[in-house]
Amino acid sequence: MSTETTAPAPSQSTDAHSRRWTGLGWGFIAKLLLMMIVNALGVSAIMSAWNAQAWVILGASIVLLAIADWVYFSRRMLPMKYIYPGLVFLLVFQVFTMIYTAYVATTNYGAGHNVSKSQAIDAALIQAEREVEGSPSYPLAVVRDGDTIGFAISEDGVVEVGTADEPLAEVDGAVDDSGRPTEVDGWEVVPVTDLLKDQALAQDVTALRVAVSDEADDGSLRTREGSTAKVYRSSLVWDEDADTLTDVDSGVVYTPNDRGTFVGDDGSTLPAGWYVNVGFENFTKAVTDPEYAKPLLRVTAWTFAFAVLTVVSSFLLGLFFAIVYNDDRLRGRKTLRTLFILPYAFPAFLTALLWRGMLNPEFGIINKWFFFGADINWLGDPWLARFSILFVNLWLSYPYWFLVCTGALQSLPSETTEAAKIDGAGRWRQFRSITFPLLLVSTAPLAIASFAFNFNNFTIIYMLTNGGPRFDDTSVPLGATDILISAIYQISGVAGGRADYGLAAALSIVVFVVVGIVSALAFRQTKKLEEF
Amino acid sequence: MRNTIGKVAVVATSVALLAACSSGTPADEPSDAMSAEPTASETSDAIDASGLTLTIWTDENRQPAIEAAAATFEEETGATVDLVVKNFEDIRADFLAQVPTGEGPDITIGAHDWLGALVTDGVVNTVDLGENASSFSQVAVDAMTYDGQVYGMPYSTEAVALIQNTDLVGEEAPATWDDMIAAGEESGAKYPFCINVNGETGDGYTMYPFQTSFGAPVFVQEGGSYTSEVGMGGEAGEAFATWLSENGEKGAGHLSTTVDYAINNELFNSGDCAYTVAGPWALGDFADVNFTVNPVPSAGGETAAPFVGVQGFYVSSQSANALLANTFLTNYIATPEAMQALYDADPRLPAFEGVDTASAPFPDAIAGFQASAEQGVPMPSIPEMGSVWDFWNAAEAKIIKGADPVDTWNKMITDLTAALEG
Repeated sequence: MSTETTAPAPSQSTDAHSRRWTGLGWGFIAKLLLMMIVNALGVSAIMSAWNAQAWVILGASIVLLAIADWVYFSRRMLPMKYIYPGLVFLLVFQVFTMIYTAYVATTNYGAGHNVSKSQAIDAALIQAEREVEGSPSYPLAVVRDGDTIGFAISEDGVVEVGTADEPLAEVDGAVDDSGRPTEVDGWEVVPVTDLLKDQALAQDVTALRVAVSDEADDGSLRTREGSTAKVYRSSLVWDEDADTLTDVDSGVVYTPNDRGTFVGDDGSTLPAGWYVNVGFENFTKAVTDPEYAKPLLRVTAWTFAFAVLTVVSSFLLGLFFAIVYNDDRLRGRKTLRTLFILPYAFPAFLTALLWRGMLNPEFGIINKWFFFGADINWLGDPWLARFSILFVNLWLSYPYWFLVCTGALQSLPSETTEAAKIDGAGRWRQFRSITFPLLLVSTAPLAIASFAFNFNNFTIIYMLTNGGPRFDDTSVPLGATDILISAIYQISGVAGGRADYGLAAALSIVVFVVVGIVSALAFRQTKKLEEF
Repeated sequence: MRNTIGKVAVVATSVALLAACSSGTPADEPSDAMSAEPTASETSDAIDASGLTLTIWTDENRQPAIEAAAATFEEETGATVDLVVKNFEDIRADFLAQVPTGEGPDITIGAHDWLGALVTDGVVNTVDLGENASSFSQVAVDAMTYDGQVYGMPYSTEAVALIQNTDLVGEEAPATWDDMIAAGEESGAKYPFCINVNGETGDGYTMYPFQTSFGAPVFVQEGGSYTSEVGMGGEAGEAFATWLSENGEKGAGHLSTTVDYAINNELFNSGDCAYTVAGPWALGDFADVNFTVNPVPSAGGETAAPFVGVQGFYVSSQSANALLANTFLTNYIATPEAMQALYDADPRLPAFEGVDTASAPFPDAIAGFQASAEQGVPMPSIPEMGSVWDFWNAAEAKIIKGADPVDTWNKMITDLTAALEG
């Protein structure tokens, strides 16, 4: 993600210091220095994009950098001077990520389709090249004549040289004790010591194959580390014009299909495939596959229930404690409040792991201490597991609401409550009609944010139950406490080495849309609260 | 407008400066070795690879071991080794994702059961074991072999074994499961036998020696390599499932989903368990008890064969330094000295003959694990294995919890077969 960065320029008003070129001109110099840094970073990004041949990033970097220079050196672009850095970050870190996820969602990128087509061809050729059985290991000298490089070996003291085009042939030369040619007539011997220093030469040497004889079936010499060579034989031949791989042993011709796999004319396939565009297939797969549709529906229902219940319960508990500990008559309020925040201060994954141990039916302290050693399988029964998740998450998140509500309570105007008191309203009436509605104005947006967070609260699910216990009535690896995001993780198999990133990206987009719609609707509702 | 030219000049200068700064990468350096070529009479084998960087991924445990090997390499060749430490669990996914982008390492450490995925995803190159090829243990080389080609240089193997509390049940290895339970009960320990079931998730890996003792391998083996045909169905599998149920929570209670890795180690370390099945990685947790390591006893009559895992070095198929990477592996790893150094820094069952295992903290235990590994089978490295774990573990956990063994097991086989085909 090293595309471009923009530092805000120190512009202040229409006759900004940054434009003044009278006097010492410090303002302009400061701007100049900042813009030099910006340009430096931008140009380095452009150059690394050039080296990596990432043309989209290259183009975007050039455009963004050009606009930056124009904005900050132009007299007319005043508002843009403030907005531009934010816009760039928005583009790079939000819009780009979303577009890229959407792009991945339309491909079959994942296990078996992990590389580009040319890399898949590389892999097929690597996998098809085998050592010829019983091949001796020849001490090797790399030789060159101008731009042509070749391999020199010796057999029974006779030096032989070959190149990519010429098979091994006898030449005059001398060998050392190990049999490695030291002098080759007409060729210049490249010392092993120099071979590795030159990366381009080293790559040529790795790629070089020297045929042992005119007969292609005899195989060719190949070296892996530059000092010894063995005879290898490749069973696949790549025909670039026809875009096919041919198995020279069986005669099977492999042609690429539109799924990103080489398929032979006998129906067999080559192991390594590449990623291709599959349109909206990933989006339809989750909905139309009857295996997935039903469990995913249950997972969705539980996701909503979990997100709503966890927000409501922790909000109410936090609010309750906030009101109790907001009472002036309570001594040591500050200390107590600090203690309340503790669960919030622990890392959530650690808390989840601890609770997992404490909820263990046989060895956990919950059963031992609070249930007289009863055998209650907290995480093994679907409903108890759901309850445990809600409970642990309540324990984790009510301090947040305690903090928020305490702050909100303290900022409420005391006049309204006093007026209500004078009008004869009781405590409950005061709370219901005045405190609570006023509180909601400031906390409802936070509640929506909290909903969106818990909708995707992967940590607690993964660490506490890992989605379990499994559904009994389906073969899909999903369980009673799986929420959508952990289900996506399971289905896409990112952890298991059979990843389907395309499907994962598509499902993530679906979740994103759902969360977006729910949040938008909820925010619209909260606007009504402000009319109180 | 009179400032415009000055501003343009400043921008242009900064651009030029940067261009000058970053063009000095070694990749762009043209070959200048043509002119002053030293004569071939120079026989010294000192390789000069200065300026080149070999990137190696490793995990924290193996970091000191590879540092030792890399130090010699750096000293003798002048190349720089950039050791990147990662979580072992992350290496596989990161390697798969980053090699195609060109950001991957030249060499990575890895487990042999990743091999199928690495090959189908086209990210590994084949390797040559060098002149010491015959010193590698055959099981380890077989494990690193996929479709007849060697893709990794093995350096260590691992397998679970039976660990017994010598104060409770002595040193003698029990011959069968029943003997073991009897001895365990006689010893007066709270639990005669504990095993990690990974909580509600299930752990087919640790339980596997018992499964193979019923003759129910995960995949059918043909001539040493695995086919994608599920082999744990049928009568043998059902017998194993029934055994799980009989010893599970509703039966004798020796197997329980309340036990996970940490609890199991704690139970054994506190002397509450007479026997457990665990791997060499758990030994550090057994500081408070005297123990000895033996092969796992048979429960179903046949040999209890644990999964043997092999770890080694993979070379990226997209490495720009393939020559250097292979030089490192064949000349600086596949040697008796380097293998010994690897062992001394991080004692794991060596995959190389002649490594002196006396330097380990538990040399006797290493011998016990070695004996267990010798009767083991390599963990399947075919990509299909990735789909097995979920179904397999969950079915075992369910049966141990008390579900009907035969039905649950057969449903798992059906689901798994469907998943592998679809």
